[in-house]
Amino acid sequence: MSSYAKIVKDGLWTNNPGLVQLLGLCPLLATSNNLVNGFALGMATALVLILSNTIVSLIRPVVRQEIRIPIYVMVIAALVTIVELVMNAYFNALYNILGIFLPIITTNCIIIGRAEAFASKNTIRLAAFDGLMMGTGFALALVALGAIREILAQGTLGDGLHLLLGESFRGVHLTVIPHYQGLLLAALPPGAFIGLGLLVAGKNWIDTRYKARVAVVGAAPAAA
Amino acid sequence: MKLTVEQMLRAGAVLGGFAVVAAGVLAGTHALTKDRIVAAQQQRLLTQLHAVLPADRYDNDIASDTAEIEEPLLNPAAAVRVYRARRQGQPAAAIFQVMTPDGYSGPITLLIGIDLEGTLTGVRVVAHKETPGLGDKIDADRTDWILAFTGRSLSNPGPRDWKVKKDGGLFDQFAGATITPRAVVKLIHNTLVYYSEHREMVFEITQAPK
Repeated sequence: MSSYAKIVKDGLWTNNPGLVQLLGLCPLLATSNNLVNGFALGMATALVLILSNTIVSLIRPVVRQEIRIPIYVMVIAALVTIVELVMNAYFNALYNILGIFLPIITTNCIIIGRAEAFASKNTIRLAAFDGLMMGTGFALALVALGAIREILAQGTLGDGLHLLLGESFRGVHLTVIPHYQGLLLAALPPGAFIGLGLLVAGKNWIDTRYKARVAVVGAAPAAA
Repeated sequence: MKLTVEQMLRAGAVLGGFAVVAAGVLAGTHALTKDRIVAAQQQRLLTQLHAVLPADRYDNDIASDTAEIEEPLLNPAAAVRVYRARRQGQPAAAIFQVMTPDGYSGPITLLIGIDLEGTLTGVRVVAHKETPGLGDKIDADRTDWILAFTGRSLSNPGPRDWKVKKDGGLFDQFAGATITPRAVVKLIHNTLVYYSEHREMVFEITQAPK
């Protein structure tokens, strides 16, 4: 398997930051109460991850082993601050909703984890691609959890879209379950933990089924 | 691996170099986004103010015509900010930013617009921590409950009806959430009472704009 294909598979599935590595749980659980919030934080995190991976790979020749951690931290903190300033300026309403979870992308373990485990050992192109895939994997986990919780809690999907796309989208959303009374639990923190647990279980179930099928297919010719 | 003094110094210089570059990039971003951020925040404030007082009711720069009032009934934690709307220099309406600590899960902050005669021009919740799906129905993004206050005043309804229905008043509570609407109704009523007693003063206070 080429390394690009492996990066795609790792980031999105086998080694998904949200569902397998279980990194960055704090923002994952806190901002996944609806689809729009999940998507926004997912995108911000992915953006930081792509940039940090690229820069960490770029500076490999000048960074000594001994000082790499403080430098990575500085690079990541600076990038997050930039993303935060830009979001404050151009997506002010969303910035106000994400609040503290935007600056604490800095402390999201995925970011320094990928810098240390991947970007510091690979070429710029591979590192940037890894950032894109890991970031997308994390964002997908956030979006999935946000969608599940929003449907269960409010019966809608995409509520608050105007925060992302502008005032003309105010009130635009899908009503998945009409006249829904709402399930409070899904919107509260326990709903985040239960939802994530179910997602992880679902992923493991699919993996197990897939393995079993591969084993059967693989065994058949031998038996024949 | 043992480092020589020279290697250590070099490592320190690299680290310092990164700090300088990072600081420079941040300063640049700050300079580029600064004006837009101020404008966005100003716009956000104006949008909130317009929700409780239509923009055609006044012609002054309402966001900077403010006064700070110490009044524990309207905010036990900090000074109450009042935005004063004027028309051709004459008082037209006032918007009070008030807070009650009596929410179900923390303080609730309201913007309350009152015209010169003491009639509510609008009320909005600007910050709260109420339970999603229950207490958060006070939020105009969730339900229209808060809109029912527009047009009300101290005499409409009368003093005995300025309560939620459960307490014998006029205003709806929500199934499963009485504490939140009760706190909001009480805070609005307190603000109306305060305004009726201090109207002149509210418009006269002069404070250096911050």
